[in-house]
Amino acid sequence: MGIENLLLGFHIAITPYNLFVAVIGITLGTIIGVLPGLGGANGVAILLPLTFTMPPTSAIILLTSLYWGALFGGAITSILFNIPGEPWSVATTFDGYPLARQGKGGQALTAAFTSSFVGALFSIVLITFFAPLLAEIALKFGPPEFFAIQLLTFSSFVGLGGGNPLKSLVSILLGFILAAVGLDIVTGQLRMTFGFVDLMKGFDFIVAVIGLFGIGEILLSVEEGLSFKGVRTGMNLRVVLDTWRILPRYARTFVRGSFIGFWMGFKPGGATPASFMSYAFAKRFSRHPERFGKGELEGVVAPETAAHAAGVAAMLPMLTLGIPGSPTAAVMLGGLIIWGLQPGPLLFKEKPEFVWGLIASMYTGNVIGVLMVLAFVPLFAAILRIPFAILTPVIVVVCAVGSYAVHNNMIDIWYMVIFGVVGYVFKKLDYPLAPLVLALVLGDLAENALRQSLIMSQGSLAIFVARPISGAITAVAILFFALPVLTPWWRRLRGVPAVRRPAREV
Amino acid sequence: MRVADLVTASVLLLVGGVVVFDAVGIGIGWGTDGPKSGFFPFWLGMLLIAACALILGQAARRVDAKPFVRREQLGPVLKVLWPAVALVVLTLSLGLYVSAALYTGFYMRWIGRHSWLAVLAVAVLFPLATFFIFEKWFLVPMPKGPLEAWLGQ
Amino acid sequence: MALKTALALVLMLVAAAPAGAAWEPTKPIEFVVPAGTGGGADQMARLISGIAEKHKLSPRPLIVVNKSGGAGAEGFLDVKGKKGDAHTLIITLSNLFTTPLHTGIPFNWRDLTPIARMALDQFILWVNAETPYKAAKEYIAAVKAKPTSFKMGGTGSAQEDQILTIQLEQALGLKFIYVPFKGGGEVCVNLVGTHVDSTVNNPIECASHWKAGRVRPLAVFDTARIAVAEWKDIPTVKESLGVDVHYLMLRGIFGPPSMPKDAVDWYVGFLKKVYDTPDFQKYLGEGALKPSFAAGAEYVKWVEENEQLHKDLMATGGLLKK
Repeated sequence: MGIENLLLGFHIAITPYNLFVAVIGITLGTIIGVLPGLGGANGVAILLPLTFTMPPTSAIILLTSLYWGALFGGAITSILFNIPGEPWSVATTFDGYPLARQGKGGQALTAAFTSSFVGALFSIVLITFFAPLLAEIALKFGPPEFFAIQLLTFSSFVGLGGGNPLKSLVSILLGFILAAVGLDIVTGQLRMTFGFVDLMKGFDFIVAVIGLFGIGEILLSVEEGLSFKGVRTGMNLRVVLDTWRILPRYARTFVRGSFIGFWMGFKPGGATPASFMSYAFAKRFSRHPERFGKGELEGVVAPETAAHAAGVAAMLPMLTLGIPGSPTAAVMLGGLIIWGLQPGPLLFKEKPEFVWGLIASMYTGNVIGVLMVLAFVPLFAAILRIPFAILTPVIVVVCAVGSYAVHNNMIDIWYMVIFGVVGYVFKKLDYPLAPLVLALVLGDLAENALRQSLIMSQGSLAIFVARPISGAITAVAILFFALPVLTPWWRRLRGVPAVRRPAREV
Repeated sequence: MRVADLVTASVLLLVGGVVVFDAVGIGIGWGTDGPKSGFFPFWLGMLLIAACALILGQAARRVDAKPFVRREQLGPVLKVLWPAVALVVLTLSLGLYVSAALYTGFYMRWIGRHSWLAVLAVAVLFPLATFFIFEKWFLVPMPKGPLEAWLGQ
Repeated sequence: MALKTALALVLMLVAAAPAGAAWEPTKPIEFVVPAGTGGGADQMARLISGIAEKHKLSPRPLIVVNKSGGAGAEGFLDVKGKKGDAHTLIITLSNLFTTPLHTGIPFNWRDLTPIARMALDQFILWVNAETPYKAAKEYIAAVKAKPTSFKMGGTGSAQEDQILTIQLEQALGLKFIYVPFKGGGEVCVNLVGTHVDSTVNNPIECASHWKAGRVRPLAVFDTARIAVAEWKDIPTVKESLGVDVHYLMLRGIFGPPSMPKDAVDWYVGFLKKVYDTPDFQKYLGEGALKPSFAAGAEYVKWVEENEQLHKDLMATGGLLKK
C-alpha cells in the first residue's frame, strides 16, 4: 500500500504553496527551538488559531514543519551556550558544549543537524510502511510497560559516571523530590506546597535546566575572566563537508539512536528520555567512554539522532490512534478536531490525501529543514564572536523570557536565578547535574505509571513481571542496574585485570 | 571547599527534613491500592538525609585548605550575578522590556565599555526585537510595566 | 526573507477590523485555560480564539495561556488576583468546583465574574468492543458478580470521572477499581488496549475508536439521549439500568472579579457570535456536546445549582478535603 499512497502524498506536499508553508514553518520552528522555554508545543498552540483559514493539509504541514524546526533548533543553544533550547537537547550539551569551547562549534552543529535528519528519516520510512502495525504494538503498552520503560531509561544511565557515588545519589534524589512537588494526579492531593500557590504547579524541567546548565555555566566560566571561550570557530561551509567525512564512523551510533528514538517515541515515552538513553548507550558501547563529556562528537550524534527519531515517531500514534505521542502532538490533535477531522484509526481510510500529504511532507519538510539549518551553521557559530558584554545580558534576558514563557509566571524567573546559583555550587562541589535533570524529567512519569500499575494489580508488584512486555523490559533494566557490580567480576573471570577508569561525570 | 561542602550538605539535609515532614502529613503508608501520596517523598527524603549525613562525615574528616572560590574569581561571578538579580527585581515594576533595555545598556557600558552609540543601539533594538517576536509574533505575553500601558499595549 | 514574510503574514492575520461599540478590547485578551494543552477545555479555548480570528469578531486577538498547575488551581487563583481587569478570560471545566473542594485552595467561583456557558459535555459508559457486553445491564451484572476486579479508567483523581464512577457504584451497589490517568485521550486508548475494562469518557475522546470498531458505548449519563444522529441510538443510563445517574460537564467562560459591566456585555455578545458560527456548531455536533448557550442570571443559577450538586456528590463519595 505504501508507495502508491506516498506518491499521492508527494503530489500534495510538493505544490509551491505547501513547500512555501513548510519553509515558513521550519523558520519559525528553528527560532522556537533556539529560544528556551518556548517549546514546540507552545509554538504549535500559538499558531493553531491562525491555521483556521488554511486547508487542513497545509495547516498540518505548517505545524509539523514548525515542529521539525524546533527539533533541529534545540541543539543550537545547547552547543553554543550549554543552554538546551528544548528538553530533548539536554543530553546534547554534555559533549556539544565542550566541543564549542574547543572551537569546534561548527562541527558539533553540523553533527547535530545531520544526526537529527538521519533519525527523522529512519522514523518517517517506518511510518510510511508500517504505521498500522506499529499502532497495534503501541496499544499493548499500559501503565506497567511505561513504568518498565522509565526504569530502563534510568538504569541505562546509572553507573556511567565516576565521582563520588554519594553525591550522584543526592542529585538523583533531589531530582525526584523536585518532580514530586505539586499535585499528585493519582490521589489529587497537593504535595510539598506548604500552602504556597506558586509551588502548586511544581518545578518545570525546562526552567531548572535553563538555570542549572545555562546560568550556572556562565557563572562558572567567568571565574577565569569576563569572556567566552570558543571564539575561534570556523566561519565557512567547509566545516560541514569536513564533518560529513568523519560522521560515517558513527554508523552504529546512528542506527542505535534511530531505533531507540523510534521505539521511545511512537508511544508516549518521549524524545527527552530517548535522547538520554541513546547517549548512555553510546557511552556504554564506545571504546573510549572516558572521552564522553569532554567533547566527543559521538556524544552529540547519539542524543540528536534519537531525539529527532522520537519526535517524528510521536506523530504515529496521533495519526493512527488519535493519542498524542508528545505534548506537541497533543496540540496538533486538538488542531485536527478544530479543522473538522476526526483523528484516530479511520483517518487513513477517510482522509488519505490528508494523511499521505502529511507523511510526504515529513520527507520534504525534513530535507528542507536540514538544508536550511546547515546553510546557517557558520552564522550560528559566529554568534560566539559577539563581545562578551553584549552576549551575556542578551543570554540572561533570553533565559528570563524563556523561563517566564513556560508558565507565564514571574516566580519561574526567580527559580531560574536560584537554579543558576545551585548549578554553580553543585558543579564546583562535584555534584553531577545530569542525574538530577533526568530524575526531574522522569520522576513524575515513573511515579504515575508505577502507582497506576499498582492500583490495577491492587498493590501487587507481580504485575511488572507477569506481563510479557513489561517483564522483558524490566529484566533488561535490572541487568543494567547490576552491570556496575558485575563488570569487574566478569573481567576477573576472563583474566583481565579490573581497571577503574577515572571517568568524568557529565 | 570543605566549608562549602559542609554548608551545602547541611542545607540539603534540611531539605530532606522538610520533605519527610510534609510526607508524614499526607500519609506514608502502603494503602490497599498501592503507596499513598507521601510514600515516595518520605523515602526520598530519608535517603537524602542519610546521604547528606555521610557526605558531612566525609567532609568533616577531610583536611582541605583550598577555598571554594578565590577572591579574584568571585569578582567576575558577582559581576554576572547581581545585575541578573537586578534585572528580575526591575521586571517586577518596570516590566520585562524596559528592564531588559536598562540591563543590557548598563552591562555593555560597565563591563564592555562600548561606545554610547553601540550601547543605545543594542539596548533599544534588542528589547524591541524581543517584543515583536514574543508579543506580536508568537503571542506570548511577557510582564509589562507603565511604559507599555502608556503605549496602550 | 521567509522570516520577514512570515512576520508580515502573522501581523496581517493578527490585525482585525474594529467595530464601533460602547466598550471593546483595547489590548490583547489573555484567555486562561486551567488545564494542559490538547485537552477538551484547551481545544475549545483555541477554537474560540481561532473563530474570532477567522470571522474578525474581536478587534484584538485572544491569546490562550495554559495554567494547569494544581488541577487548575494555578489558573483560577491567577484570574482571581486580577481584580477589575477587562482583558482576561478563563474557560472552566468541572474543576471549577472539584479542585477547591478537594484541595482546599482559597477559591470559589463567586470570586469570578460569570460571562457565558458555551456548552455542556456528555459522559458515556464505554467498554472494549471485544468484550461480550452488548448492553449496560450485562456489564453491570458482571461487575456485580466479581466486586473489586473490574477496572474503571478516568481522568485525574477526585474529578468528574471519579465522581461519576462513585455515583454509579453507590446507585447500583458495585465496586470498581478506579485507575486515574492524565488525560481523556489516554484513558480511551487504555480501554482499546484492554488495560482497563471500562471508562466514562466524553464522546469526543472515544469517537474515532468507536467508529473503528474498537470500543462500544453502553449508556449516556444524561436524562435524555444525545440529539445528534449517530449518537442517538445509545440509551440513557436510566433506560438501560433503571437508576437515574446523570452528569454534565460545564464548558463555561468567566472573567476576573468585578469585571466592568460594559466589558461583560461585550464579551457576552462576542461569545454569542462565536457560538452562532457554523464552525462552532460543527464542533459541537462532532463532539456530541450539548448546545446550551446561556448568560446572565440563567448562567449564574445553573452554576449555583451545580456547585451544590458537586458538594453533595463529593461528600457522599468521600472526596472532600479532610
